[in-house]
Amino acid sequence: MSGKPKLHYFNGRGRMEPIRWLLAAAGVEFEESFLEKKEDLTKLQKDGSLLFQQVPMVEIDGMKLVQTRAIANYIATKYNLYGKDMKERALIDMYVEGMFDLNELLMTYGFLPADKKEEHFANMMDKAENRYFPVFEKVLKDHGNDFLVGSQLSRADIQLLEIILMAEEWKPDTLAKFPVLQSFKARLSNIPTIKKFLQPGSQRKPLIQAEEVPKIISIFY
Amino acid sequence: MAGKPKLHYTKGRGKMESIRWLLAAAGVEFEEEFIETKEDLEKLRNDGVLLFQQVPMVEIDGMRMVQTRAILSYIAAKYNLYGKDLKERAWIDMYVEGTTDLMGMIMFLPFQQADTKEKNLALIIERATTRYFPVYEKALKDHGQDYLVGNKLSWADVHLLEAILMAEECKPDVLSAFPLLQAFKGRISNIPTIKKFLQPGSQRKPPTDEKFVAVVRKIFNI
Repeated sequence: MSGKPKLHYFNGRGRMEPIRWLLAAAGVEFEESFLEKKEDLTKLQKDGSLLFQQVPMVEIDGMKLVQTRAIANYIATKYNLYGKDMKERALIDMYVEGMFDLNELLMTYGFLPADKKEEHFANMMDKAENRYFPVFEKVLKDHGNDFLVGSQLSRADIQLLEIILMAEEWKPDTLAKFPVLQSFKARLSNIPTIKKFLQPGSQRKPLIQAEEVPKIISIFY
Repeated sequence: MAGKPKLHYTKGRGKMESIRWLLAAAGVEFEEEFIETKEDLEKLRNDGVLLFQQVPMVEIDGMRMVQTRAILSYIAAKYNLYGKDLKERAWIDMYVEGTTDLMGMIMFLPFQQADTKEKNLALIIERATTRYFPVYEKALKDHGQDYLVGNKLSWADVHLLEAILMAEECKPDVLSAFPLLQAFKGRISNIPTIKKFLQPGSQRKPPTDEKFVAVVRKIFNI
């Protein structure tokens, strides 16, 4: 028993990726147990390890935490990535919820059938560039600080970097109109723990390939 | 300026209802400004008061808060409904995410076509009785206490009562296999602030009917 958090999910980004980012940014080593076939999920369900029969699940501090946000909230608080008081937490929560919404659009794109892709792509990039990025560009511009909230790194910064990079995978010039976000991206990427996570060989997962989709769907359905 | 929180939403349940429940349970008086037309929503957007151009939005403590979970977390923490430490918070968060998933399914039912509606209603009942309610029944059974977490009323209890009542609107005997949840329902409903909220004339909103679906579709263009 290593004492390290243990992540249960399939070997891909999905809903676990924001949690991998948070742990990595906090400098926390973690283990992963990958679901590769339906039987792996069924086993976890039968063992009573999944409160609502679903993954993500993270074994941490003697608990089997489920529900992405519950897990992320716990990790962020434990490792001081959640602001210094209630008002900072409120801002972080608002920003992060917006990012979760965008992440949902970016994450599901790879799983869509071909005929649904074009419209979804247009919608997700429209939301990224007209609803979400302008907000964060303005927040950073208005206060002129290095971090989105307060004077230190928080989960809001980490999650923003994550979705910027995901959006760029689909549209490399997505930050063209957002100079402050471009500097933010460079600055955050250079934080040592994050820089390490961005290097090949880390536990960061790659973009899902079309060939993998049927296998992943068969685990869950 | 009253100093009371001010809620901006339609005159229906939707995503704002859980916020109304939590404020009411905490005994906090609040005001509401209803979006009745597409133009009302456009005005809020043009005024720049909606961070991501969406509602719910709640004016509270000098902030214009958006995003349902952000608002609920803030209210829970402010009014001591979020447990006493990090571990209790983790349990509350997990339980609330479960009831959010269940209520999310129920919330969209009135907006579906007749054939999908029937299928989804069956799915809701199945999930309620095999995935969600067993978890809360077991939690109460295992510790034998009155409340889900930490032997004290929390956001998780208020949210669960809301989910139970919504599920019962779908199927009145949905709690038949869950004696502890039945007792829980009775007990939490009797808490004075909640009892008051459950009475006619409160700010609790009724289930969404076909007429209101049409209004919502027009406002949000869906």
